[in-house]
Amino acid sequence: MTDLTRLPAATLAGLLASGDVSSVEATRAHLDRIDAVDADVHAFLHVAGDKALATAEAIDARRAAGDALGPLAGVPVAIKDVLATADMPSTSGSKILEGYLPPYDATVVARLRAAGLVPLGKTNMDEFAMGSSTEHSAYGPTRNPWDLERIPGGSGGGSAAAVSAFEAPLALGSDTGGSIRQPAAVTGSVGVKPTYGGVSRYGAISLASSLDQVGPVSRTVLDAGLLHDVIGGHDPFDSTSLTDTWPSMADAARAGLVDGALRGVRVGVIKEISGDGYQAGVKQRFDESLAMLESAGAEIVEVSAPSFEYAVAAYYLILPAEASSNLARFDSVRFGLRVDPADGPVTVERVMAATRDAGFGPEVKRRIILGTYALSAGYYDAYYGSAQKVRTLIQRDFSAAFEKVDVLVSPSAPTTAFKFGEKLADPMAMYLNDVTTIPANLAGVPGMGLPIGLAPEDGLPVGLQLMAPARADARLYTIGAALERLLEEKWGHSLLSQAPDLSASEMFASEEGAV
Amino acid sequence: MSEITAQQVAHLANLARIDLSQEEIESLTSELGQIVEAVAKVQEVAGPDVPATSHPLPLTNVFREDEVRPSLTVEQALAAAPDRLDDKFKVAPILDEE
Amino acid sequence: MAQAELMDFDKALELFEPVLGFEVHVELNTKTKMFCGCANEFGSGANTNTCPTCLGLPGGLPQVNKKAIESSIRLGLALDCQIAETSTFARKNYFYPDTAKNFQTSQYDEPIAFEGSVTIELENGREVVVAIERAHMEEDAGKLTHVGGATGRIQGADYSLVDYNRGGVPLVEIVTKMIEGAEADAPQIGSMYVRTIRDIVKGLGVSNARMEEGNVRCDANVSLRPRGSGKLGTRTETKNVNSLRSVERAVRYEIQRQAAILAAGGEIIQETRHWHEDTGTTSAGRPKSDADDYRYFPEPDLVPVAPSREWVEELRGTLPEAPAARRKRLTADWGFTVLEFQDVANADLLDEVEATVAAGATPAAARKWWTGEIARLANAQGVSASTLVSATHVAQLAQLVDAGTLTDRLARQVLEGVVAGEGSPQDVVDLRGLAVVSDDGALIAAIDDALAAQPDLLAKIRDGKVQAAGAVIGAVMKAMKGQADAARVRELVLERAGSSD
Repeated sequence: MTDLTRLPAATLAGLLASGDVSSVEATRAHLDRIDAVDADVHAFLHVAGDKALATAEAIDARRAAGDALGPLAGVPVAIKDVLATADMPSTSGSKILEGYLPPYDATVVARLRAAGLVPLGKTNMDEFAMGSSTEHSAYGPTRNPWDLERIPGGSGGGSAAAVSAFEAPLALGSDTGGSIRQPAAVTGSVGVKPTYGGVSRYGAISLASSLDQVGPVSRTVLDAGLLHDVIGGHDPFDSTSLTDTWPSMADAARAGLVDGALRGVRVGVIKEISGDGYQAGVKQRFDESLAMLESAGAEIVEVSAPSFEYAVAAYYLILPAEASSNLARFDSVRFGLRVDPADGPVTVERVMAATRDAGFGPEVKRRIILGTYALSAGYYDAYYGSAQKVRTLIQRDFSAAFEKVDVLVSPSAPTTAFKFGEKLADPMAMYLNDVTTIPANLAGVPGMGLPIGLAPEDGLPVGLQLMAPARADARLYTIGAALERLLEEKWGHSLLSQAPDLSASEMFASEEGAV
Repeated sequence: MSEITAQQVAHLANLARIDLSQEEIESLTSELGQIVEAVAKVQEVAGPDVPATSHPLPLTNVFREDEVRPSLTVEQALAAAPDRLDDKFKVAPILDEE
Repeated sequence: MAQAELMDFDKALELFEPVLGFEVHVELNTKTKMFCGCANEFGSGANTNTCPTCLGLPGGLPQVNKKAIESSIRLGLALDCQIAETSTFARKNYFYPDTAKNFQTSQYDEPIAFEGSVTIELENGREVVVAIERAHMEEDAGKLTHVGGATGRIQGADYSLVDYNRGGVPLVEIVTKMIEGAEADAPQIGSMYVRTIRDIVKGLGVSNARMEEGNVRCDANVSLRPRGSGKLGTRTETKNVNSLRSVERAVRYEIQRQAAILAAGGEIIQETRHWHEDTGTTSAGRPKSDADDYRYFPEPDLVPVAPSREWVEELRGTLPEAPAARRKRLTADWGFTVLEFQDVANADLLDEVEATVAAGATPAAARKWWTGEIARLANAQGVSASTLVSATHVAQLAQLVDAGTLTDRLARQVLEGVVAGEGSPQDVVDLRGLAVVSDDGALIAAIDDALAAQPDLLAKIRDGKVQAAGAVIGAVMKAMKGQADAARVRELVLERAGSSD
């Protein structure tokens, strides 16, 4: 009997469509897998259990009745806890929202349900999506399936771990500065941040409104495309969502599987984030991927983006500023935690302050205070105002680069998965994990992270980031799928098939040089 | 640029309605000092002739027709209320009038 | 609370020059809220008109109400403002339980309208041009009720309750530039300015414009500049001014209060003050402090509004006649004195009088009925005059009086019938048989009856005793159930008395 959890979503969807497998079977297989490994991985904060099976049953019934169903109908999906789900708690990884049940579904969740996918549960994340390691979750960290002593990336470590541990074939994530792409890199999975405005943010608990995007997390590029097709598109509830009619990302991925798909494609390597100073194995796999692209007919062009040097600084002003305002609503009045002050008069002001002190973790407090500072009277121009100008310069750098190339590439992260605790002492050190992914959020352009191998020195996954001009998301899928095909042909298998067998309670890193 | 002082952090915490402990104020002061020093570099390139970008993609005139949409029911609105009285949210006495 | 010292108003004006500024908030009467599709409805059950957006739930996002933009532009045009080519929303960040997101989505750097002016005419005939700094869009907060303290005030309350129905309702805030040269007219300028704004928004149809329902709210800024000094005084901002009369009283009070302090060598604290209707005083609220750092920044969840010049001109074409122009036109047409016109305008009955004149009544009659009997009935019933009777019916009533079919007194009875829903004035006359008896024969008969009943009256009348005549007239009117022209009866009585028995 095929292990259903090992199948890409596209394959599973095909079996469901042909009736070879029922959604109940597929869902049960994943729930069993979660039972087997999630005590170790801790990708999930909430597992839908019986609810998921009931949903699966309903899909099976509809299929049996001959209803027309979408391509992913019956496929299980994990949902990052940053998204509002009316039937499952939505905590955004924070104590201040422990047990909170929203009275509505996020638009993307509604679209998932309408397309017949089966929500498996909510995945773990850094609190309010602030972080690069999921160590800042108020509910304990998620562990990297490749090495349980290491971080799975962040803020969407839960979703990335869920797919790379085969607990779910698909997941939804959110990306503000790399929270989908960086976890993809360190877990050997695929993740996409769409063009800003390409996917609705309604119901996604906001971090930085001008940077956040919801996107697909998966094990293959085609799977990501299929999920992207379900969730993407204009939403009148989100005033920043684009009215474009998008082409099918799944089709774009399939187009990448055609011979010659890479011929003549101009691939830009951004000098400032091309791997100098990064972990050796990361740089090595990155350079090998470039060589592979070139052999397939792509033209590698070096481009410069001098403003990228200021990207992290600008980001860590814009994000905290917007977040400090977005998180003001967590005040004990309408929902969430309420804590009375330990002593002294019980006024609403003091209840708010006591609640927020008790309910927010240290990273959240850090960024709220920093953001309040950046916006405050007398400091606005120097900080927030200046950061918004850097944003303009970064957009200009992207525009200039895209005049010369079709797509930009960089490593998705400077290192492979680091160990727990390694970067907690110094916030700036943690922030630098996002140095390659942040520019895309600032400019609003789409980015994809996909696995390109294991670093020889530690046998841990390395990811490559592709970036395209705004609205050219499809290009990412075509080029990403083409590269993925080349790599898997070279390896003879997928990267994740090499991940340690978690249920065997024995962990080992892949042999050096195996991939 | 200017250093962040503990006094400033305490003031910011008040603006942000977070009741920080003394230890928290102290550790935040030194952390933020480092961060602010690092991010202040944005001023190096933020010249007066560079326009600010507040929205990544330029959209304008996104409107909604003035037609009523279904609201939440009262129960839905109040379902997560930490404290309520009948159909209203209940809060502790307010010190400061706005 | 100790009563503040007040300087005599005239003395204050001798020593100081009042400088004013007003912020008026107008609640728009759109069907839905500013940033979501919840109904904009007064008086619904608590928290029945909320959604994730206006309730500030995690994940909620705003969507701009097109009608609110349209109304704001029209209001800006009516204020003679320039309409922005690009207008943006901004977040005003502060924590308060009635503000669901703990920030208000408002406008800061790029308001929808700016640089305008409004001309107001005071009762004393003086025209004042009030320069408008800007008009911008924002959302209203929810409603707080304080329970347990004295008189429902915040101080000493046991707890507060929040209803977010009003949260998110569209507001336009109109900010004047500094008003100098007001002199002793300062209080009237305040009330007349607010009244003019109210008339404008009512005429535009963008607001229900009822101050008693909070549709138009005023914050009054007052400062005093010592005569001969170039330096502006410190200003106070008085909130909670809920009626035109309150605006006038509050401005006057602040001038007197501040003058007393300054003359005694004291300093004015820059603060928000509250107007107390019952005591006719202002009291100190919070002093302005660092905690008022609102940390404005461009609203990232909304994109700019860029009204095309074509759209603006199209909206300009929908503007009604400006109140000042209308006033001039009607005063000239109707031939009223300034006071007579003001009577009608103050009672908010310009529309009704205009319609009644159009329906055929004379201006004088229209004015008399609307500001007299109809207004009286309206007050007694606690409703607005226009809901009681139509302009057509009033015109018909006036015509019946003109034609002699009704006396004034009878007409009032007919009016009551019309108001009660018995039909048109003619219907009521017929139904109730209220027409004046114009047959002299019947009157003479009644007169004779009355004289027969009180024979000594005749002698008294002949003697010149006026009251005796009155007694006869009274008796006749009673016998005729009022359906007689008292003046004609009097004529007949005197004729009778004059003729030899």
